[in-house]
Amino acid sequence: MSGDRRIVFEDVSKFYGEVLGVNRVTLSLPPGITSLVGPNGSGKTTLMNLMTGLIRPTRGRLSVLGLASDDHVAIGRRAGYCTQFDSFPRGVTGRSFVRGWLGLHGLRAEEADRLTAEALDRVGMTEAADRKVAAYSKGMRQRIRLALALSHRPEVLVLDEPLNGLDPMARAECLALFQGLAGEGLHVVISSHILHEVDRVSDHVVLLSHGYVVAEGQIHDVRTEVTDHPMQMLVRCSRPHVLAAGLFAADHVVEVRIHPDGKGLLVRTRDAAAFHRQLNRIVLETEIGLEAVSPADDDVGAVYQYLIGSDTEAV
Amino acid sequence: MSVLGQAWAVARMELRRGVSWRSLWVLMMAFAPVVIIAAHALQDHTHQLEDETLILNGIVQIYYVRFGIFFGCLGLFLRLVGGEVAERTLHYLFLAPLRREALLLGKFVAGVLTTVLVFGTGVTASVLLMYGHFGEGRAYLTHGPALAHLRLDLLVVLLACLGYGAVFLAFSLLFKNPAVPGVMLVLWEGVNGALPAWLKHLSVTFYLKPLFPVELPVKGLLSLFTVVAEPMPPWLAVTGLFVFTGLVVTFACWRMKGIEVSYSSE
Repeated sequence: MSGDRRIVFEDVSKFYGEVLGVNRVTLSLPPGITSLVGPNGSGKTTLMNLMTGLIRPTRGRLSVLGLASDDHVAIGRRAGYCTQFDSFPRGVTGRSFVRGWLGLHGLRAEEADRLTAEALDRVGMTEAADRKVAAYSKGMRQRIRLALALSHRPEVLVLDEPLNGLDPMARAECLALFQGLAGEGLHVVISSHILHEVDRVSDHVVLLSHGYVVAEGQIHDVRTEVTDHPMQMLVRCSRPHVLAAGLFAADHVVEVRIHPDGKGLLVRTRDAAAFHRQLNRIVLETEIGLEAVSPADDDVGAVYQYLIGSDTEAV
Repeated sequence: MSVLGQAWAVARMELRRGVSWRSLWVLMMAFAPVVIIAAHALQDHTHQLEDETLILNGIVQIYYVRFGIFFGCLGLFLRLVGGEVAERTLHYLFLAPLRREALLLGKFVAGVLTTVLVFGTGVTASVLLMYGHFGEGRAYLTHGPALAHLRLDLLVVLLACLGYGAVFLAFSLLFKNPAVPGVMLVLWEGVNGALPAWLKHLSVTFYLKPLFPVELPVKGLLSLFTVVAEPMPPWLAVTGLFVFTGLVVTFACWRMKGIEVSYSSE
């Protein structure tokens, strides 16, 4: 994929005085949903601020859809950023906030009105749009910021903790919205501490710790590369004891546990491919009824735990 | 959209935000003399044109230019960018497709339009009330030089708003706490008349003094505010202040381009 459809970091570092923001980050993010995962202070917000031009890299180069990161005018047209900062200009209503911002894009009044209404509708804020933002709940303020980020139909949507303050229903709606936008070919870059929900929608994951990129890629590929922690496979089958005995004979199998309901196994293996070959062989030889085989720790949460550890707060 | 178009879009947005209760004190400062002159007009019936003219010019030269416009600009222009930073809303503007210098220019234009409108109206109302409540004064307005003086006073208001506005806007980009340099500027402007010739040029007052239509016969410390120590032609004073404003705004634009927004809680 050509560089002008990607967000590209080339050896990018950002220091705030002597404090490290991110260090030597090299990434090439394709369209789709990319999740930034890491504990507090890992550099997620710094990466987002860099890709939207709010801050400049101390070292290295950064381009967004082929645009240099200091080209504020072009990036402003093609990127939208929903920051986590819960602040608004005084006295604005939801509608006037979004409409006023679109007024800075040089749009005709009717066009700005239409885009405002469209953005408010997308985040489900049409009814409350003419109330003062100061009277909104936290979730409503979050949705108005999201409406602002979406309002000019950007090609890159950067969302810092976009699910904060939303109830489960609103979270599900937002995730569906992000998936829809990614399906239209947009870049949707999300940071969130709600790992299981991020995991469900992410095409690409970047794990950060202390300003460094620890791992990045599709979550399954990342998990496969984590060889220190054997992969966990859940097998639903008849006669699990027979299967357990067969699997134990293999060198790559570290642990086998019979599921408490007696209808399956939890297997820990160092080599997923060898496990699948072994499983096929046993099933053919013993005629065990196999219902399902699925990875039990092939998700963001597990990878996060393995690579970053449980001593840090998941964010 | 051109840079000027972007700047105008920002200025319109600023003007639409209007005057909040936080800046009501600026209106009060602009119209306090109007109230006092109105009370004077109602109570005092022994009006001398010469006395009224001196009082009016004292109000314009000392109260409006030295106090009202100075502190009004301090309050408004320091908050144009500084207020956005304090309230964590600057990033919304930085995320819009605007050149940073257009953003600053738009805010400056909005600030100048607001202060000129407020203080220009205050000065105009003061002049009309001061001369309008007695016969000789009305004649001075209609057939005398009062309106010509008012035009010069309004030119001074415009130039003062430009000059002080630019300086305070630049201060807000240079200093975390611009109140301290603000106080320094009060002192600087106050003692400007006593400074060496080359330093006088680095002052807004220096360019404004030659434009006042009436020279006030004041002595002592107050003469520092009114006496033109080194007369210069009005055209040069006006040009000088425009150049001074242009230089300060250019510097502020350069500073604005270097600003980064990072409210990160990380």
